[in-house]
Amino acid sequence: MLKVTNLHVHYGAIHAIKGVNFNVSEGEIVTLIGSNGAGKTTILKTISQLLEQTEGKVLFLGENMKQYAPHEIVHLGVSHVPEGRHVFPDLSVLENLEMGAYHRKDIKNIKKDFEEVFKNFPRLEERKNQQAGTLSGGEQQMLAMGRALMGHPKILLLDEPSMGLAPILVDQIFKIIDKINKTGTTILLVEQNANRALHVSDKGYVLETGKIIAQGSAKELLNNKKVKEAYLSA
Amino acid sequence: MELFINQLINGLNTGSIYALVAIGYTMVYGIIKLINFAHGEIMMFGAYFAFVFAYMIPWNLPFILIIIISMILAAIMGMLIERIAYKKLRKAPRISALITAIGMSLFLQNLALLIFGASYKRMRPLVSTEPVHLFGFNISKLTLITIGLSVFFMMVLTFFIHKTKPGKAMRAVSQDKGAAILMGINIDNIISLTFAIGSALGALGGIFYAMAYSQIYPTLGVMPGLKAFIAAVFGGIGNITGAMVGGYLIGIIETMTKAYISKQWVDAIVFGLLILILLFKPSGLLGKSTKEKV
Repeated sequence: MLKVTNLHVHYGAIHAIKGVNFNVSEGEIVTLIGSNGAGKTTILKTISQLLEQTEGKVLFLGENMKQYAPHEIVHLGVSHVPEGRHVFPDLSVLENLEMGAYHRKDIKNIKKDFEEVFKNFPRLEERKNQQAGTLSGGEQQMLAMGRALMGHPKILLLDEPSMGLAPILVDQIFKIIDKINKTGTTILLVEQNANRALHVSDKGYVLETGKIIAQGSAKELLNNKKVKEAYLSA
Repeated sequence: MELFINQLINGLNTGSIYALVAIGYTMVYGIIKLINFAHGEIMMFGAYFAFVFAYMIPWNLPFILIIIISMILAAIMGMLIERIAYKKLRKAPRISALITAIGMSLFLQNLALLIFGASYKRMRPLVSTEPVHLFGFNISKLTLITIGLSVFFMMVLTFFIHKTKPGKAMRAVSQDKGAAILMGINIDNIISLTFAIGSALGALGGIFYAMAYSQIYPTLGVMPGLKAFIAAVFGGIGNITGAMVGGYLIGIIETMTKAYISKQWVDAIVFGLLILILLFKPSGLLGKSTKEKV
């Protein structure tokens, strides 16, 4: 579904991504793990065209993503939940969700998706008229995810969904990720919490300073000695 | 008491004009963090457009049509200015864009000088100024129309930004551009729309201003433009309701100062107010005190 080949990205003179290859097949949850600065966020941003690649290809459903402007990506069925949630603080929860469906014209299905989102995140329905900026961190994460789901994506790019959340909320978020996936949305997940991420994933890639140093099924990675030492020893 | 009420009405009249112009400053600032110093010149061109359609072209258009045509032309002008002068600078340091805005302001003043000449044009009010009896007071029809139409357009704007899809998108863009792009919002279109709306309202302010003082000249927008800018800062720059409130407050403060303190001191007091705001409440009345994000 999503195929990244020989991807290179530069920030000015800094070579951030050095020839990365990976694949996400339909229905999968795929995780990119790696420490801070490994380039995980950069890769997601490049997929959604917020950053420009210097070399390589990002193919989504056979289409080269490079030909699209960043605001067109969501039309293709790619929704990106950015790191740090980035909800619209002065819009209400409801308005935030409406923005998620901004590019859509199928009003009937949008209504259904509202119900779906509220089913997944009952908390959001309780607070639908509240300004998003007044929500707690966990609620904002739910809103950011709900907002992305309002775009009815084929693939959801999740950047550090568990960052800064209390353990009980992390549990909840990962449960919801699993649930969203089971209802047919493919997920590309970026996480520092490698242990939790791999437990919901089908496969994973380990990123270190812009290169993939290990890959395999989630099970393999969880048992991989190097990965265990570097990322799973908690 | 009667003097006070009359002055209050005058204040609302001037305040309406400042509020209309302040909205343009605040909307543009909200969306691209630029103080558009050429906004006063949009106001001036708006007045010239109305002059052209009222007195230079013998079509005998009704007042409301003249206003609408002038607003549309000003909207187009605002969008063009953004596309030509500001768009390329969106990622440049803010000071570059600011200097460009000042340059654009001077350019437009000189353009008006070139097209319309340096001599003052007499702008006879397009509506009668004869007094109307209302609640025991004599209020000129022009004043009533100025206040009425201003309030009407501000209500339309408030409805637009809170209840319509492009309006909500506009607020989304002003709050988080990156996230707005990810929603599929075309930032360029929203910015153009912002300039169009701000410029149209600014032109309306310019027309009322020119009619209130019965004259038009190339530097017409400078003083009221600055005061409207102060109004926007007063209300909290970036906040549309704040701009409206600020506009009316500045208008009322100005007329009250003229009536009760001194005609000569008006500008000193209004600009002194700006200094006080910046000293004690830089975020303005309704603005949020957000820390500069890095």
